[in-house]
Amino acid sequence: MIALREVTKRFGDRVALDGVSIEVLAGTVHVLLGSSGSGKSTVLRLILGVVEPDLGEVLVDGTPVTGSTRAALVRRMGYVVQDGGLYPHLTAYQNVALPTEAHRWPSARTRARVSELGTMVGLDEATLRLYPRELSGGQRQRVGLMRALALDPPMLLLDEPLGALDPIVRAELQLQLGRLFATLGKTVVLVTHDIREAALLGRTITLMTAGRVVQQGAFADLVERPASPFVTQFLTAQTLAPGAPGGR
Amino acid sequence: MRMLVGAAFGALLLHGAGVSVAQDAVIRVGSKSFTESYILGEIAAQVIEQAGEARAERRLGLGGTGITYRALASGAIDLYPEYTGTLARIILKDASLRTPEAIRARLLPSGLTMSEPLGFNNTYALAVRAETAERLGLKTVGDLQRHPELTAAFSSGFLERDDGWPGLKRHYGLSLANVRVMEHALTYRALAGGEVDVMDIFSTDGQLERLRLRILRDDRNFFPDYSAVLLARRDMAERFPRTWARLREAFEGSLTNRRMAELNAMADLDAKSVPEVAAAFVGAPPAGARSKPGLVAELYALTLDHLLLVLVSLAAAIILGVPMGIAAARFRRVGQVELGAIGMLQTVPALALLVFMIPLFGIGKGPALVALSLYALLPIARSTYAGMIGIDRHLLEIAFVLGLGRLKRLIRIELPLASISIMAGIKTSAVMTVGTATLAAFIGGGGYGALIVRGLALDDTATILAGAAPAAAMAVAFHVAFELLDRLAVPRGLRR
Repeated sequence: MIALREVTKRFGDRVALDGVSIEVLAGTVHVLLGSSGSGKSTVLRLILGVVEPDLGEVLVDGTPVTGSTRAALVRRMGYVVQDGGLYPHLTAYQNVALPTEAHRWPSARTRARVSELGTMVGLDEATLRLYPRELSGGQRQRVGLMRALALDPPMLLLDEPLGALDPIVRAELQLQLGRLFATLGKTVVLVTHDIREAALLGRTITLMTAGRVVQQGAFADLVERPASPFVTQFLTAQTLAPGAPGGR
Repeated sequence: MRMLVGAAFGALLLHGAGVSVAQDAVIRVGSKSFTESYILGEIAAQVIEQAGEARAERRLGLGGTGITYRALASGAIDLYPEYTGTLARIILKDASLRTPEAIRARLLPSGLTMSEPLGFNNTYALAVRAETAERLGLKTVGDLQRHPELTAAFSSGFLERDDGWPGLKRHYGLSLANVRVMEHALTYRALAGGEVDVMDIFSTDGQLERLRLRILRDDRNFFPDYSAVLLARRDMAERFPRTWARLREAFEGSLTNRRMAELNAMADLDAKSVPEVAAAFVGAPPAGARSKPGLVAELYALTLDHLLLVLVSLAAAIILGVPMGIAAARFRRVGQVELGAIGMLQTVPALALLVFMIPLFGIGKGPALVALSLYALLPIARSTYAGMIGIDRHLLEIAFVLGLGRLKRLIRIELPLASISIMAGIKTSAVMTVGTATLAAFIGGGGYGALIVRGLALDDTATILAGAAPAAAMAVAFHVAFELLDRLAVPRGLRR
C-alpha cells in the first residue's frame, strides 16, 4: 500500500504540492491525472524517495519514506519513465539486466528472466541486442517496462510511460499495459495527462491541478459526480481534442 | 596491442631508470644555457672522462644562474662553470667580495668549493655596429648619453641585474628611449641586421670580431670582474681528488679572453659541435664512441625521453584529474574552489611553473614530471566535471531506483555517459603536454626540448628545428592515436 498524508512540497518559491493526500490500495491501479505542472510527477518522485516532503509524510507498506529507509523501499518498486529512460551506452538487453546485476544474479538466471519478459511485452532477442537509439519509440518503452519488471517488484510506478509515442502505437500499448496490469496484479501508480488512458487503466483516479487534489474516485465518479466545474472542463477539453498538448 | 604497449612502457621505464643507475662513480656536470658555459661544461666532462676516476654525466644547458646554482646546491649536479662577479653579487649577494679567496671562504658553509680563475674575464659590455660607432662618434658607454634615440635589446639577465642595465643606467646617467628584452643569441642577428643599435655582450663572445662590432669602453669602471671559475661540491672534490686536480690543472690560467672567444666562435660561427670544440681544447681528439652521437640515435633517445615525460605526466594527470572532476561535480561548491585553483595553476607560465619546482624537487625528470602533470590537470578535471554535470538527472534517478550502489552507478552509468567529454579533455591534455614537455629541458628534464634549448643557446636554427619538428609530429601522432582510442573508450551506443 502506498499513502501520502497531507504532503506539501516546495521547489524554491514554487509550491509543487499543497497538502496532498492519496491512498493506493495494494494490487490496484491508481492513475494520477492532470495537466503539466499539476504536481503529479512530484508525487511519484516522493514515493521513490528521490525528493523529500517539506510537510506531511509518505508511507510505503506502512513505513515512512526517509533518507534511511528509501534505499530498502525502492527495491520493491519498478519505475518507468517517458521514452523508456534507457541508458544509451548499454544495449536493450544490458538495460533490462541492470537491476539483476545489482543483485548479482547468475547470468543464466538473468537470461531466462529477460527472455520471459521479452515474450511478455513482445520483443525478440535480436531486438534486445540493439542500442536504444536503434529502437523505435514503442520498442524503447517496452524495454523500459521490462527493466522495471526485471526483479518482479510488487509496486510499479509509471511516469507518462506512453507520452512520447504516436497515437496508434500509444493506443496499442495502452491495451497491452491494461492486460499486463490485470495479469500481474501489482500495485500500480501511473501518471498521465491522457483521459482515455486514465479511464482505460485506472481503477481509481486522482485528478490534480496546481499542486492540489481536485477529486478522487473511479472514472465514472468523475464523469457523473464532478466535484467542481473544473473536473468537467478538464474531461471535456480532452474529449474534444484528443492528444492535446500536455506532457508532464 | 596490449603487449606492444607494455613493451613500449617497459622500454621507457628502463630508459628512465638509466639516468639514476650507478650513482656512485658519476660526476654530474652542469652548465648554464649559453655557448661558453656549454663549452666549459663539456671540457670539464671530457677531462673527467680522461681522468678515469668516474663517469661524466652531462646536464648541460640547465638555464640561468638561479636554476643552475640551485641544481648544484641541491646536489643534482656536482660542478658547473660560474663567474666570480655572479658569485659575489647574485649568489652570495655581497658585492664587496673581490678576491677568489674571499668568495671561496664564503662558499665553504654551503659545502661548495671553487677553482682558481680559469684565466679570462667574461664581463658584460655594450656593443654597437662599427658603422654606428663611427657615424655617431661612440667610443665609451658615456657617449650614449648624447643619443637617447638608439634602440637597445638586452638579455633578460642583464636587464634585471643590478650589475647590468639598472646599475649602468644610474652610473652613467643614461636614458635610452627604446629598451627591450631579447634572447642573447638572437640579438646578434638583430644588431647586424640594423633592427637594434645597442646590445649587451660578453667580452668573450665569438661574434665580436667577425660581425664588426665595437665594444663601448667602460671608462668609469662600472662592470665588475667576471672571471670564470669552476664551482663544485666539496664532497665531489674530496671523493675524486685526482679528477678535481686534473680539472684545475686543465683549466686554471690556461684560458685567455682571446682563446675563449675563439672557442666560442668555433661553436657559434663555424657550426662545430660543442664536443668537437671541447675536444680541440682538451687536446686529445675524442674517441670514436664519445664523438658526436648520430642525430638519428640522439633523436631516438630523445623520443623515448619525450614519450616518457608525456605519458607519465598524462597518466598522473588522469589519475588525479578524473577523480577531481568527479568530486567537483558531486560537491558543487567545493568543486568551484577546486577548479578555480587548478585554473590558477594554468595561468602560471609553464616555464615559471617548471622553475618553481626546483627548490622543491631539484632539477631533472622528477620536477619536470610534477610540473607537467599539474599543467595537464585542468583540461581533464574540467571536462570530467562538465561530463558529469551534463548527465540527464532522470538517468541518475533511475540508477538509484534500479538499486545500483554508489560505486556501481559511477562505473556503470556515470563514467560511460561522461566518457565523450572526459576523452576530449584527455586528448587536449595529451597534445598540449607534448608541446609543454619541450620546456622540461630548461630544468634538465630532457626530451626534444634539449635540442631546442641547445639550438637557442648556440643560435643554430637547424638544431632548434630538429627538436621542434619531431615534437610537432608527436603531437599529431598523439591526436591520431587518441582518435583511435576513442573507439575503445567511448561506448558504441554513444558514438556518432
